[in-house]
Amino acid sequence: MKKMREEQTERNAKKLLMMVIVVIGLLAFGSRADDMLGSSCQSVPNASLRGTVAMAGSTSMESLANGLAEGFMNRYPQVMVTAEFTGSSAGIEAVLSGSVDIGNSSRQLRPAEKAAGAVEYVVALDGIVMITDVGNPVGDLTKEQLSAIYQGKIRNWCEVGGRDMAIVVMGREAGSGTREAFEEYLEMEDQCDYANELNSTGAVMARVSSTPGAIGYVSWDVLDNTVEVLAIDGVRPTKEAIRTGRYGLSRPYVMVTRGGMEEQSEAVREFFRYLESGEGEMLLENIGVILIAPGEDKGNYHG
Amino acid sequence: MVRHTIEKAAEIIFSLCAFMAVAAVFSITLYMIANGLPAIFQAGWKEILFSSVWQPTAQEPSFGILYVILTSIVGTFLAVLLGVPVGLLTAVFLAETAPDSLAAVIRPAVELLAGIPSVIYGVLGMLILNPFLYRLEQKLFAGSQTHQFTGGANLLSAVIVLAVMILPTVISISETALRAVPPELKACSLALGASPVTTVFRVTIPAARSGILAAVVLGVGRAVGEAMAISLVSGNSVNLPLPFQSVRFLTTAIVSEMGYAGGLHRQVLFTIGLILFVFIMMINGILSSILKGERLE
Repeated sequence: MKKMREEQTERNAKKLLMMVIVVIGLLAFGSRADDMLGSSCQSVPNASLRGTVAMAGSTSMESLANGLAEGFMNRYPQVMVTAEFTGSSAGIEAVLSGSVDIGNSSRQLRPAEKAAGAVEYVVALDGIVMITDVGNPVGDLTKEQLSAIYQGKIRNWCEVGGRDMAIVVMGREAGSGTREAFEEYLEMEDQCDYANELNSTGAVMARVSSTPGAIGYVSWDVLDNTVEVLAIDGVRPTKEAIRTGRYGLSRPYVMVTRGGMEEQSEAVREFFRYLESGEGEMLLENIGVILIAPGEDKGNYHG
Repeated sequence: MVRHTIEKAAEIIFSLCAFMAVAAVFSITLYMIANGLPAIFQAGWKEILFSSVWQPTAQEPSFGILYVILTSIVGTFLAVLLGVPVGLLTAVFLAETAPDSLAAVIRPAVELLAGIPSVIYGVLGMLILNPFLYRLEQKLFAGSQTHQFTGGANLLSAVIVLAVMILPTVISISETALRAVPPELKACSLALGASPVTTVFRVTIPAARSGILAAVVLGVGRAVGEAMAISLVSGNSVNLPLPFQSVRFLTTAIVSEMGYAGGLHRQVLFTIGLILFVFIMMINGILSSILKGERLE
């Protein structure tokens, strides 16, 4: 009995020793990695940059804004970047009233907002994709057919080369940025006749995939194999086609400031420089947003 | 002395707790009025109540919720029309004719029905009811050039879901009312040679009418205030409430657009909330006058 207990203690002691060794090893390795990071930071000229960058705006740009904030703060540990997600219009309002430095907007500025002093900078693009349920043989619609479907002039898939099946027109609720961009593309703001108005991207995906004959629209980055993607005027919404603008149904992710670049704080200017740098672009690429083709107009900053 | 202090302290704690409920109702009422009224003045009450065009984000926005109000009224009415007979007859069965062993199965089932979260009703409606009604819709409107197909998400789906949801309320309150009918009344009826069925319909139900009415009113209250379940099955487009049209209720109008609404649009959503609040208050008023009448009898 006693012997067994001794053996047990011995085994426990061995386990403990092993753990200690492992922990020490990890610590040593970890601190070395830390050293390496530290030295790379020291080589950055502006690492001592101080200040804050406050952002507010579009919910669609959440992963983009959070990713950028994280990356930038890694690079400049003395700068505090904050991001709130209140909706595009609210973000633009906030930047115009001066309560934040940058407003995030998933739509272009309206003339009234530009007149009030808002300046836009297109950071990336988001494609909006037309989807149907997987059983639908129609793979391509023209822009005119799309308009007619969403106005209720075409009500059956056989009119656009499909099977004899009713079209169930689905979309997003009033106020949604996706809906706004979609209706703007078809040039029929508030004229669409929806059979189902759903209040989230996920709901549109779920209902379209489960309703035979349904059509709907969602953001490019949520696509999966539960739905079929439609080409518009023969162009499929690939990353490349959205980037170059060949696929026209897209919306810009815009960062908005009050006044031009020269009126911004050093931290905000550095933030935009970081966006354009190779590191910033790689970060955006990793987040999964679509960058604008090189040489394309990025907004008013350079104009 | 100590005892007296404890008594006093307990009294104060009791009245504080009682005051909490009053304070909550009072502050909610104030808040609804303060947030719901401004839009009525800004957009005009005629424009809101009697226009049928709901385009809150257009260049020249229009905030007509006539169809939304009508949908709430018609949808609730149809749900009661469907749910109350079933519920009342279930109550008669439980109170009068059911053998004890069967009642022991049915009563817990009804109670369980009341405890199921409304989102579950909605999801089941979406997965089972909508596809079924879509097939019916395709048959009924085959070849129609003017009908907008809803994929089964329409008024009828919402009405069926609501009818099931008000069943437990109607059943349990009606059963209590039926059981409260004095046995002498039934005995007299049977002694006069009336059959049991005649007795139920001509004596027991009329004698319990105020309790049954209270059950119906509570069912109406439940149906008017339900949001989650019907937002999943009703399609959510603003339309005239016809059985196979996609419709929007007062509750779902608030739920579906609160997320991104700003400015006047948001304020009008609060106005819709205020209208809903007035509806519920009216139903409560009717209920308490029924109960008062019963006590007077």
